Amino acid sequence: MADGTARVKGGFSFELCKRNEMLKKAGMKFPQPKKTGTTIAGIVFKDGVILGADTRATEGTVIADKNCAKIHYISKNIYCCGAGTAADTEYTTETISSDIELHRLSTGRKPRVATACRLLKQYLYRYQGHIGAYLVLGGVDTTGPHLFTVHAHGSTDKLPYVTMGSGSLAAMAVFESHYTPNMGVEEGKKLVRDAIAGGIFNDLGSGSNVDLCVITADGVDYIRPYDVANVKGERVGDYTYKRGTTAVLDTTVRHFEIVSERVQSTESMET
Amino acid sequence: MEDYRAPVEVQWSPYSWNGGTVLAVSGEDFSVIASDTRLSEGFQIYSRDFPKTYQLGDNVVLGSCGFQGDVTTLNKVIEAQLKIYDHIYQKKMSCESLAQLLSTILYTRRFFPYYTYNILAGLDSKGKGCVFSFDPIGSYEREVYRAGGSASSMLQPLLDNQIGLLNQTGVEKKPLSVEKAVQLVTDVFTSAAERDIYTGDGIRINIISADGVDIKEVPLRRD
Amino acid sequence: MANPFEYNGSAVVGMIGSGCVAIAADRRLGIQGQTIATTFDKIYPMNESLYIGFYGLATDALTVSSRLKYQLNLYQLRENRQIKPKAFMHMTSNLLYSKRFGYYFVEPVIAGLDPVTKDPYIATMDLIGCPMETKDFVVVGTCSEQLYGMCESLWKPDLEPEDLFETISQALMNAVDRDALSGWGAIVHVIEKDKVTTRTLKARMD
Repeated sequence: MADGTARVKGGFSFELCKRNEMLKKAGMKFPQPKKTGTTIAGIVFKDGVILGADTRATEGTVIADKNCAKIHYISKNIYCCGAGTAADTEYTTETISSDIELHRLSTGRKPRVATACRLLKQYLYRYQGHIGAYLVLGGVDTTGPHLFTVHAHGSTDKLPYVTMGSGSLAAMAVFESHYTPNMGVEEGKKLVRDAIAGGIFNDLGSGSNVDLCVITADGVDYIRPYDVANVKGERVGDYTYKRGTTAVLDTTVRHFEIVSERVQSTESMET
Repeated sequence: MEDYRAPVEVQWSPYSWNGGTVLAVSGEDFSVIASDTRLSEGFQIYSRDFPKTYQLGDNVVLGSCGFQGDVTTLNKVIEAQLKIYDHIYQKKMSCESLAQLLSTILYTRRFFPYYTYNILAGLDSKGKGCVFSFDPIGSYEREVYRAGGSASSMLQPLLDNQIGLLNQTGVEKKPLSVEKAVQLVTDVFTSAAERDIYTGDGIRINIISADGVDIKEVPLRRD
Repeated sequence: MANPFEYNGSAVVGMIGSGCVAIAADRRLGIQGQTIATTFDKIYPMNESLYIGFYGLATDALTVSSRLKYQLNLYQLRENRQIKPKAFMHMTSNLLYSKRFGYYFVEPVIAGLDPVTKDPYIATMDLIGCPMETKDFVVVGTCSEQLYGMCESLWKPDLEPEDLFETISQALMNAVDRDALSGWGAIVHVIEKDKVTTRTLKARMD
């Protein structure tokens, strides 16, 4: 791939490391990848697990995305919330999701949460914390409901209620005072909402809406948004410009001529 | 190996940053100065009801944000000076004089500055609306509108466009009305609260006219 | 030496309108405070209704854009159809994330219309390819805070192409005027289903 002619094979490319190291030595200040101040949480309840997340993504002190999805798909019965370096949570969960799918196809069995947890921790441990993904993994398999946290260095915990991210203390405060084993679905959903809302309102890195994902033996209910905790501010005035307000130096228009149009319907691939 | 060098002495850090945004607009015979009401540090909110505007006279209001400890101290110093002035001259200080006083106070701390961003709004000695903006060590300027504090860079270009009418061709310059100014202030704060984590909870708008200071409060997002 | 993102200076915005999208950028190329060129284009056409603009180190922007164009040409030859903006976004994201530990100093903005459904699409990502798709606007640049402030106040849903042009142009011009590293002219592409209108703006040159 160094000459740019071969096809990308996958895996990381380190071809720019040497150049970037040189720039660093020359005194370049290095920009940091986007990290998400986040509140993510999960509980085990009577029939399964409930995962929750806020929807704010920040770049320093500026809000970059007001409605991002932090609950990622792993398999039909397993989902995973991500905090930390945004790109890492996205790609780590995607990679493990495809590993789990391949494993499912080769074994012909429903994926287990413990398998996903083991794959994640081994993957993250291999990168010694340089992949900054902090995850809450939850799902229901043949052995029942399971809930894990996975840290970027590869350590994991298995607990009945967990929180992560910059708002984890606010959310954990809610769990510590209100969690009980064997909660009902509605009661559980409300508890996770309250925990995430604790992060949304009291942690500046978290905000906007509450997303929930309820996983039971019968299926998954991904509710996005479960609660619009903050409505967008309404503008009073109107800021439409009269056409021609902006001074233009020159204009070029490229028209497309549609020579022929054909509509083909395709059936989706069997998965 | 630079990550493994011997431990270095920790630097003394006397300042913190408590966020907050201040905005002032002046019109023909009025001026408007507003701030949000959130006080915060790092990822924590300290207060949701902490406006950063301080009334210093019948028709002069100071907007001040940055390090709250310095803001409070600076205000005490100004108020003491105002009291002395009042006793000597038997009159209230004009807005222009107050601006000069503030500049002098800030510059006395040239090498250990008050970490504060100040905007002073009021009516000048001719009764016209005026806004003065300061840097932390006392450089100041009279302006028509100015945003300061954590979301200042989000607000300022919109004011340039809507009040300064910059980059617009074929628009006629109408004098700014109080209603339009208040509406604009409300809208820019609403926008800033959407994107800046240190701006939110509420706005305190001070409308300064010959009759005194009228206060209006508007809620903002609380996340 | 400065941060590589503040070495050349740039500002790029993407906005969605009613059945159309717009992408705009400033035209300055600088080396820190010194302006080298005022006609430097930061937006690259990928196909007739798909554009990508870059914020960051200009040399990396050129490399990434040509690598993407190369991958895109292969894709379109292999598939014998035009790429969907979303697929192209993933192509870009994959390229950037493959360099997770030795990255390109660029943040892209992608704007285009779906070749089949003609749905408007905009997206951006950080320097290691974390995608962000929105339904209103995306901004990157040395003056991103100014751009956020402008867009958040000016943008509204269902703008017609002409109004979208005014909105994106005003947002960009007033934002770059409060930034020392970007500005010196601007270019705006408005992409509609049957045409692309490209305008260069009369802006402050200081």
